[in-house]
Amino acid sequence: MKSFARMLYPYLVWIAIMILAPMLLIVLYAFTKQGNSVLTLQFTLDNFARFFSDSIFPNVLWRSLKIALITTVICVLLGYPAAYFIAKLDGNRKSVMVLLITLPMWINMLVRTYAWRGILLNFPVSSEFKVFVGMVYNFIPFMILQIYTSLTKMDQSLLTAAEDLGANKVQTFLRVTLPLSMPGVISGITLVFLPAVSSFFIPKLLGGGDYVLVGNLIENYFISTGDWNFGSAISLIMAVIIMISMFITKKVDYENKGETRA
Amino acid sequence: MKKLKSLFSRFYLVLVLAFFYLPILYVIVFSFNDSKSLSKFTGFSLQWYEKMFANRTIMESIYYTVVIAVIATVVSTIVGTIAAIGLSKSKRIVKELTLQINNLPMMNPEIVTAIGLMLLFTSLNIKTGFMTLLLAHIAFCIPYVMLSIMPKLRQMDPNLPEAALDLGATPWQALIKVIVPEIMPGIVSGALIAFTMSFDDFVISFFTTGPGINNISIYVYSMYKRINPSINALSTIIVVMITVVLILVNVIPLVKERKLKKNEKLG
Repeated sequence: MKSFARMLYPYLVWIAIMILAPMLLIVLYAFTKQGNSVLTLQFTLDNFARFFSDSIFPNVLWRSLKIALITTVICVLLGYPAAYFIAKLDGNRKSVMVLLITLPMWINMLVRTYAWRGILLNFPVSSEFKVFVGMVYNFIPFMILQIYTSLTKMDQSLLTAAEDLGANKVQTFLRVTLPLSMPGVISGITLVFLPAVSSFFIPKLLGGGDYVLVGNLIENYFISTGDWNFGSAISLIMAVIIMISMFITKKVDYENKGETRA
Repeated sequence: MKKLKSLFSRFYLVLVLAFFYLPILYVIVFSFNDSKSLSKFTGFSLQWYEKMFANRTIMESIYYTVVIAVIATVVSTIVGTIAAIGLSKSKRIVKELTLQINNLPMMNPEIVTAIGLMLLFTSLNIKTGFMTLLLAHIAFCIPYVMLSIMPKLRQMDPNLPEAALDLGATPWQALIKVIVPEIMPGIVSGALIAFTMSFDDFVISFFTTGPGINNISIYVYSMYKRINPSINALSTIIVVMITVVLILVNVIPLVKERKLKKNEKLG
């Protein structure tokens, strides 16, 4: 049986090159000066100093976080009732609805986003509003499906028990259904917030070239300007902030669980 | 009261579906438009389909999308299966560590994975183009293949390959005749996920491709400033293809089941 374990070895080499090395390269580029070869590496914090010395960069980052946060909130508020109503449907209709929600997700995201351009041309709305529409449209299916899954996994007899014990509909929802569906909401938040912060084709396709989020900034420094060191620094700052916010989300979830248990 | 409530929930779900399908219908309608306008329908024509088929860049982008998706699916499924089997028999520490590293690209924003790969290819002096695009696709598909195979490996009775070996099978025979058939459903769904991930990818492709090599996503992205109704024609064809495939995938098992039941009744 041990011989089967050897089948993993080539893959270990592969992940070292294709996953670990790229991550290390981003860190290396972020902390070094432009244009030096591997032999004459010069470490520096200039890239980070540059990011925080000009208010343009922190502002773009702040705007991206704000938009991702609002998108996430809209997705929870609109997605929860949708998931709840689908979960309440009877068997056949339920699976048809789930199929209808997943079907558009199979179509290329850029194609679907480009489709909104034509529709939104008919309305005099701001670039920011268009970006919101694009973000909610692209990411809300993940939220609905996550919440739906946690709602259907729920033990239905708990609802009957709550009712038998004298809870009204609102109380049952707030004290039983909502807390039990929280894991779905949390994983939905992760699936919406993470791609929303770093998205760069939605602002570009819907907001036109002038609406810049942090993803567009990274794209510009890598593709147009060719300043990979500064681009890497921006990516690193973004990745760290995302990691911190994910950590907070998980922690809040964990503490909530502690409360309901006590 | 109850009726009112169910009316409301139905109305809400209809609105949700309208939101999801409105842009898709819009694209289909305007792909038959007579003029270049994306907001006024002036009359029926097939000119955007003709223009699409005559456009070499679009045709090439379709070609590259399909070729990359097929090769990336085959390679990542084979590599992912081998790695997953190896992983299931590895020591706990190795297992945990590998899974953690495997999860990194899924936990990080896609753009970070993308620029990481771009930096890697240039550091290794590999010219970006078809090969780098393919390598990148294989790289991001493998973890998904492994994730869909690992539960099947966990469900498998560990005594099965053991028994095969005891009965005189070589490790290779035990692998091909016992383990692989056991985990086949996982391999198939892993391959399907890999194919759709590769087919739809934009961010990683955008940063790891070279001049002249575009997939459909990159082509659509390059049109961000222009209005090009050929994209509507292209989108319509994609929508029709995917709908047909999804309907077949969902209907064929139903038909098979019905036939089976009929046969049972006859038998």
